[in-house]
Amino acid sequence: MSDQPLVSTSEIARIFREEYGRTVAVLVRRFGDIDLAEEAVQDAFATAVQRWPSDGVPPSPAGWLITTARNRIIDRLRREASRDDRHALAAVMQSQSRDDLEEVVGDEDVGDEPLRLMFTCCHPALALNAQVALTLRLLGGLTTETIARAFLVPPATMAQRLVRAKGKIRDARIPYRVPQAADLPARLRGVLAVIYLIFNEGYTASSGERLTRDDLCAEAIRLGRQLNDLMVGEPEVMGLLALMLLIDARRGARVSADGRLVRLADQDRRHWNRAFIREGQALVRRCLARNQPGPYQIQAAINAVHSDARAAADTDWGQILMLYDQLMAVAPTPVAALNRAVAVAEVDGPHAALTIVDGLDLERYYLFHAIRADLLRRLGRSSEAARAYDAAIERCDNTAERDFLQRRLTEVQDS
Amino acid sequence: MKQYLLSIYQPDGPPPADLDLKRIMRDVHALRDDMKRAGAWVFSGGLHDASTATVVRVNDGEPLITDGPYAEGKEHLGGFTIIKAADLDGALDWGRKLATVLTPLAIEVRPFHDDATH
Repeated sequence: MSDQPLVSTSEIARIFREEYGRTVAVLVRRFGDIDLAEEAVQDAFATAVQRWPSDGVPPSPAGWLITTARNRIIDRLRREASRDDRHALAAVMQSQSRDDLEEVVGDEDVGDEPLRLMFTCCHPALALNAQVALTLRLLGGLTTETIARAFLVPPATMAQRLVRAKGKIRDARIPYRVPQAADLPARLRGVLAVIYLIFNEGYTASSGERLTRDDLCAEAIRLGRQLNDLMVGEPEVMGLLALMLLIDARRGARVSADGRLVRLADQDRRHWNRAFIREGQALVRRCLARNQPGPYQIQAAINAVHSDARAAADTDWGQILMLYDQLMAVAPTPVAALNRAVAVAEVDGPHAALTIVDGLDLERYYLFHAIRADLLRRLGRSSEAARAYDAAIERCDNTAERDFLQRRLTEVQDS
Repeated sequence: MKQYLLSIYQPDGPPPADLDLKRIMRDVHALRDDMKRAGAWVFSGGLHDASTATVVRVNDGEPLITDGPYAEGKEHLGGFTIIKAADLDGALDWGRKLATVLTPLAIEVRPFHDDATH
């Protein structure tokens, strides 16, 4: 006999990330109380950390966690029940047997419970920043402190935001439900936007603690996968997952050893994550086969073309420009037009691109000035380029990106 | 079922001259009948202009009466409907229908405490 634990702490942590949302979702549905569910699930995981190293992981970790957490809740309700509450408790217990909870718990697959909770967390009656925080808290199991750090707000502010959102869900009775067919497309867009916002916050805002930021990307991809499993064959869900995988694949090549930002064209493509690229490209092919294009699918396709090129010079810019034209047809935003201009510069030259960029109303967006600066630099208009770099630096909050722009500015000033 | 207050906020002063009040009132009444048929309608009413409002406060047991609406501003509560719905989605659905009839006015949907009917 050895004292070697049957399961490592990191394995329990992995199960926590995988099962937290599902466990909370099931209990929220059964008991209708988010705080009660969260507390019981955290208790259940604390018990797991004590028991599993010696007992081993149960055959259905989710089932074990749900049963353990449910028993905690029932114990607690019994203990706390005053005379007045016994009525309510009896009602809860009755609904338990009616809903055949045992059957649900015994089942490995608890169906679309997390999906219901996703739609609750991303309900349009909640402010967008509350939707993001709730999704990370309830479905990802991230602590309030971690979420606060990731979004650079004081923990007390984030705690307040979560309390207020949970209070509104309870008091206004925001339902735990997959929306009806008529509302589904708009509501699904809301869920996708929240997941992509979490991903982008992790990917582009590298100020703050590095690890926390990578956590956000990983969590967004995990949510994307879960959503893709729950809404099989939904093209924009596949598109978003593909888009995140294809962008995240470049993470290892995006920052140099000394912490500098490396442009797509200059990245060492050997450091790209091949597994993510294969998975993302396969999803893009499935999207193409379905032929119901949407903004996430098209952006994923654009990134798939980039990841196809062995070297930057091999990039099929004609194909990319065509995809941007398609994107402008379904979702014509100024930012999409700006990105399209980058492809125009490669296909028709910087002059044509500059004409497009100068017609855009994106004065406050740093990338507008950065892209304009680059086009001016390529046209040999150095002093105008320098002024544009200055404007970009002034509007950029991200340290690594600002350093990059500063280096480019020095280059045009020296030329 | 839960009860929700649908408040109609409208700018002070007379309505725009080109507003077809007759048509709007007809649509509002039709919507109220829909609510009744669906078993959702509890109560509704339209209010006179905010300039007709009076505020009463009691200070040290003495009533203090002042002219005018309680809240300053260019928009005030113009009317309201109380409905029953299973959840916020159900209430928002009626809110959307009311806002459609009263475009471009905003409708605030707010839940009652659960014991409001006791």
